[in-house]
Amino acid sequence: VNLLVPLPVLLPLLGAALTLVLGRAPAAQRVISVGALLGVVAVSATLVVQAELDGPQAIWVGGWPEPLGIALVADRLAAVMLLISSIVTLAVLVYSIGQGMVDDAESAPLSVYHPSFLVLTAGVSNAFLAGDLFNLFVSFEMLLFASYVLLTLGGTESRVRAGTIYVVVNVLSSMLFLVAIALVYAATGSLNLAQLSVRLQELPEPVALVLQLMLLLTFGIKAAVFPLSAWLPDSYPTAPAPVTAVFAGLLTKVGVYAMLRVQTLLFPDSPLTELLLVAALATMLIGILGAVSQSDIKRLLSFTLVSHIGYMVMGIALATPAGVAGAIFYVVHHITIQTTLFLVTGLVEHRTGSTSLLRLGGVARLSPLLAVLFFVPAMNLAGIPPFSGFLGKVGLTSAAIELGTPLAYALVVGGMVTSLLTLYAVSKAWSLAFWRTPQEAHETAQAMRREGAVDADDQADDVTPDDDNEQDLYQLIEQDALPRQRPRTMVGATAGLLTVSLALSVLAGPLFAYADRASRDLMERDPYVTAVLPEELR
Amino acid sequence: VTVNLTLVLTAAVLVGCGTVLMLERSLTRVLVGVILLSNGVNLVLLLAGGPAGPAPLVDKSDPDAPTTDPLPQALMLTAIVITLGTTAFLLAMAYRRWQLSGFDEVQDDVEDALVARLARADEPSDTFAPSHDEDPDEGPDRDPDRSPEETRRRTRDEQRRDTP
Repeated sequence: VNLLVPLPVLLPLLGAALTLVLGRAPAAQRVISVGALLGVVAVSATLVVQAELDGPQAIWVGGWPEPLGIALVADRLAAVMLLISSIVTLAVLVYSIGQGMVDDAESAPLSVYHPSFLVLTAGVSNAFLAGDLFNLFVSFEMLLFASYVLLTLGGTESRVRAGTIYVVVNVLSSMLFLVAIALVYAATGSLNLAQLSVRLQELPEPVALVLQLMLLLTFGIKAAVFPLSAWLPDSYPTAPAPVTAVFAGLLTKVGVYAMLRVQTLLFPDSPLTELLLVAALATMLIGILGAVSQSDIKRLLSFTLVSHIGYMVMGIALATPAGVAGAIFYVVHHITIQTTLFLVTGLVEHRTGSTSLLRLGGVARLSPLLAVLFFVPAMNLAGIPPFSGFLGKVGLTSAAIELGTPLAYALVVGGMVTSLLTLYAVSKAWSLAFWRTPQEAHETAQAMRREGAVDADDQADDVTPDDDNEQDLYQLIEQDALPRQRPRTMVGATAGLLTVSLALSVLAGPLFAYADRASRDLMERDPYVTAVLPEELR
Repeated sequence: VTVNLTLVLTAAVLVGCGTVLMLERSLTRVLVGVILLSNGVNLVLLLAGGPAGPAPLVDKSDPDAPTTDPLPQALMLTAIVITLGTTAFLLAMAYRRWQLSGFDEVQDDVEDALVARLARADEPSDTFAPSHDEDPDEGPDRDPDRSPEETRRRTRDEQRRDTP
C-alpha cells in the first residue's frame, strides 16, 4: 500500500473545492492552484522514482478487501505520464495567470477558471492511475466536464458553436464506453484491469474481439484517430490560448494512454494490429494534408496534432517492445512540444492581435524572442536531428523495420512523408508570420483583395469571428497600436516549457532506456498484475 | 446468463431513437436524443448484472436465493448522475445559442463552410459571365461570400442592434 498514489487526484480536487469557495479572491485562487499543482509535480516525481526502484505501486482505495475497492496503480508508464502532464499543466496554469493579469476582461480567466482547470488535472491524473475500466470512465467524465466549461468560457458565439460539436461527440463516445463496460462486465464479471487481463484470455475469440473493438472505438474518438478525428481541429482553436494548449497537450494523449494500456494489458495477442496500423497511416497523412492547407496558425497546429497522434498509434499497433517504447517516448515528447507551440501562438496573438498567416508578417523583427520560442519547438515537431522529435521518430521507424511486414514498411514511408510535410507546414507558418516584412504581408493581402479572390480574412474570421480588428499587422505597426505591456509571466512559462522539451532532447538516452523498461513491463504484464492482485485472486 | 428479452428490446428501441435524434440539427432534439440514448445504455448496464434476485443486505426472506448483483446498479447510478450533468450543460448551451442567434441549430464546422465558399468562388465571376445582365440575382448588391443563412443572421443582428 502506497499512500502517495491517490495524491495526484486528491490534491487538485481539494484545490478545486477551495478555489470554488474563494471565487471572489483571485489572489488566493492563484496561490492554491499553483500550490496544488506543485504538489502533484513533487508526488509524481516521487512515484517515478518508486516505480523505477520498487516496481508498480498500487492501492485499493477505501480499505475494502480486494477486489471490491477501486484500485489505483502507478507503474512506470503511468508515473512518467503523470510527471510530464503535471509539469505541463503547471506551466500552462502560470501562463494563464500571466494572461489574466495583462489581458482585458473578455478573454481573461474568470473565477470559474481555476476550479475547472484543477478538476481537469484531477481527471487526467485519475485516468493515468485508474486500475479498472469504470474508474477510467469516471476520470474521462471528470476531465471532459471541466473541458466543456473551459472550451465555452465566456460563451461567445464561436465558442458555443465549437463547444456544441465537442460536447455532442464526447457524449456519444462516453455512451459507447458505457456499453463497452456493460459488455465487459457481462462477459467476465469484473472490471478490474488486472483481473480482466486473466479472464479475457478465457473468453471465446469472437466475444473478446467485440469487446476490443468497442474499447478501441471509444479511445479512438478520444485520441482523434483518423476516421474519428474530425471534431478536433474544429473545436480546439476557438478556446483561449492556454486552454487550447492544455487540451492539445493532454486530452488526446489520455486517449492514447488508454489505448496503450488496454492493448498491452487486456489484449496482448491482439489480432487487430493491421487495422490499427492502417488507421495510424491514415491519421498521419490525412492530418498533415489538412495542416498544409490551413491559413491560421492555431488551426494548422490542431491538424498537426491529429497527424502526430498517428505516430503514437503506430507504436501501439506494432505491438513489439521496441514499438511500444517508441510510442511512450513519443507521447512524452509530443505533450511538451505541442503545448509549447500553442502557448507561443497565444503569445503571438497577444502581441499582434491575430493568428492568421494572411495578416501576420515580420513577427521575428517585432519580437526576436517570440521567433526563437516558435522556431525551436516547430523544428522539434518536424523532427529535425538534434531534437527529441527526431529521436522518437527514429525509435518508431527502427521498430517498424525490425517487424519487417509490408504494412510496417508502408508506415515507415508514411512517417517520413508526414515528417517532411510537417516541416513544410511549420516552415510555411514561419516564413509567412515571422520572416517576411509586415509591408509584404500587407501588399499581398491587398492584391488578393483586389483580384477578388476568396476573402483573405475569411478563415481567420471563422476562428475568431467576434474579433472586429480587420487591420493587418502592417497597419497596426503604422498606427503604433500594438499592446505595450510585456507579458513576462506568459513568456517565462513558455520558455520554461521549452527548456523542459530541450531537456527531453538532452536526456533522451536515459528517457529512452526508461521507456524501454516501461514497455517491457507492459509486454510482460506480470509486474502489473502481481502488484495489484493478491496471490489467491490471480 | 439468461437475459430478459423485454429489457433488451426496450434498450434497443431507446438507443435507436436516441441515435436518430442525435443526427438532427436542432440542439434541443440532440438533447432529447442524448437522454434516450443514455437510458438505453443504462438498461444495457442493468442487463449486464444478470437475472434479478432479492436485494443484497436488505432482503433476508430467502437466504439461499442468489441476490441481485449490486455492482451494475452502482455503475448505473453513477452514469445517471453524469448524464444529469451533461443534460444540464447541453440545455444551458442550447439556451445560450438561442440567446446569441435566435435559433439553436448546430452549425457547419469551419472547414465545411470554407469548402462551400471555395466552391462558390469557383463559379464564373461577374465580369466573365455573358448572361450577367439578364440574371437579376447576380447584381452588384449581392455579396458572393455570404451564404443566405449568414445574411439572414447578420440582418437579424442588425435589427436587434437597432431596437433599444
